[in-house]
Amino acid sequence: MSFRLSYRADPGNPWFSWQYVRDNSDTIVAALRDHASLTARAVLIAALVALPLAVAAHWFRPLAGPILAFTGVLYTIPSLALFAFLAPYLGIGAVTVLSVVVLYALLVIVRNTVAGLSQVPPEVREAAEGMGYGRWGRLLRIELPLALPGILTGLRLATVSTVALVTVGVVVGRGGLGQLIFAGFQNNFYKAEIMTGTLLCVLLALVLDLVLAGLGRAVTPWLRGRAR
Amino acid sequence: MSNPVGQAVLWLNDPLNWTNPGGILDRLGEHLGMSAAAVLLGCLVAWPVGLWLGHTGRGGGLVVLVSNVTLAIPTLALLTILPLTFLGFGRPAVVVALAVFAVPPLLANAYTGVRQTDPEARDAARGMGLSGGQVLRRVELPLAVPYLAAGFRTAAVQVVATAALASFVNGGGLGQIIRAGFGLDIAAGGGQIIAGGLLVAGLAMLVELVLALVERLVTPRPLRPARRRANRRAADAVAVAVAGS
Repeated sequence: MSFRLSYRADPGNPWFSWQYVRDNSDTIVAALRDHASLTARAVLIAALVALPLAVAAHWFRPLAGPILAFTGVLYTIPSLALFAFLAPYLGIGAVTVLSVVVLYALLVIVRNTVAGLSQVPPEVREAAEGMGYGRWGRLLRIELPLALPGILTGLRLATVSTVALVTVGVVVGRGGLGQLIFAGFQNNFYKAEIMTGTLLCVLLALVLDLVLAGLGRAVTPWLRGRAR
Repeated sequence: MSNPVGQAVLWLNDPLNWTNPGGILDRLGEHLGMSAAAVLLGCLVAWPVGLWLGHTGRGGGLVVLVSNVTLAIPTLALLTILPLTFLGFGRPAVVVALAVFAVPPLLANAYTGVRQTDPEARDAARGMGLSGGQVLRRVELPLAVPYLAAGFRTAAVQVVATAALASFVNGGGLGQIIRAGFGLDIAAGGGQIIAGGLLVAGLAMLVELVLALVERLVTPRPLRPARRRANRRAADAVAVAVAGS
C-alpha cells in the first residue's frame, strides 16, 4: 500500500520507501539499538533511585511532601533547558542524555510507587504487624508486592515517555532514532528517513509497553482473575 | 572565566543580547505567541469534545487512548513531519504540533470534570425540566470549572516547555538561544547554553505560578477544597486506565 500511495504523492520524495530501509539498514539498526539501550538503562537507573525514594516517602511522612515537590519541579523544567544545564558540565554524549531522561522518569515512578504503597489496606498492614513482621519484612513481603500494580504502571508510563524523550538527545548528538529524524530533516527533508525513525520510535514504545505489561501479569498472578 | 554559570550571568548582563534582532525579547515574544496560539487551538478542539464525551458518559476509552498515543509520539517527529505536509513551513505547523501535546490534559480534565458532577445535581436539574444541553451548560460546565482550569494549567505549562523544541526546525522561541549556543563550541557557548536554559526554565515556572493563581481565582469558593485534588484525580484516572488497558 505504501508503494502506491507514496508513488502518487511524490515519486521523488516518498513518505516511506523500502529502498531506503534496505540501503541504510546498518544505520537504522544502530540507531534503534542505541535508542533501546538508552531507554533500558535510563528506566533501570530511574527505578533503582525512585524505589528507595518512594519507600522513604512512605515511611517518613514529613519527607513525602518535599520528595514529591522536588520531583515535580524537575518535571516542570523543559527538557531542552535540562540538557542546557547539564551539557556544559557532562559534555556531549550518552551521559548527558541518560541524566536528563532519568530525572524525568523519576517523578512518574516515585509518584506511582507512593500511590501504590499508600493503597495497601490498613487491615493488611495490621495483620502483618500482628504476625510479627518487622518494618523491613513487612515492606518486602507484604507492602511492595501489593504495590506492584502501581509500580508497574509507573514503569510503563516512564518507559513510554522515555522512548519519546530520548529523541531530544539530538541536541547533544545522541538521540538514538531522533538522530534519524533530525538527519532526515536536515538532509533536504528526506521524508522516508524521518518516517522510518518516527515509526520505529512509536513501535519501540509499544513493544516495551507490551513487554512490561506481560511482565506485570507474570509477577501479579493473584490479579489475573480480577482484571476484567 | 571558564565557569559556565559565570559566563551565563555575563551573557545575560549584556543588554545587546536582550534587544538585538533575534535577541531575548524577540525570542520571548515568539515563544509566548506560538504557545498561546497552540493552547488556544488545543482548547478549541479538546474542550468541546471532552465536555460532550463526559456529558454522554461514553468515550472514556478514547480519552485514555489519546493520552497514551501522544505520550509515545516524539515531539521532534511531529515538528519535523508537519512542515512537510500541507501545512507548509513556518508558524502554523509548529503551532499545530504543539497543540497536539496540549490536547491530552485538556481532554482528560474536561471529561473527568463533567463525569465527577454529583449525579443528584444532574437528576435535580433534569427534574427541573432542563434539557440535555441545558444540563451541560448550566450544571455540569460550572461544576467542571476547577478541572478545566487544572487541565488548562497543565497543558499551558507543557506547551511552553515543548515550544523550546521548535528551535530544532528553526521555529523560533527561546530554545533558539540554546541551539545557537550548542552551535558554537561547547567551551565558548556554555554560557549562552545555560543562559538560554535559565530563560526557558524560568518562563515555564512563571507560567506555572501565574496559572496556579488564575486557577484559584476562577474556582468558585465552594469548590475550592476540591481544587487541589482535581488535577491529580484526572491524572490518576488516566494512570489507572492505562494500568487496566
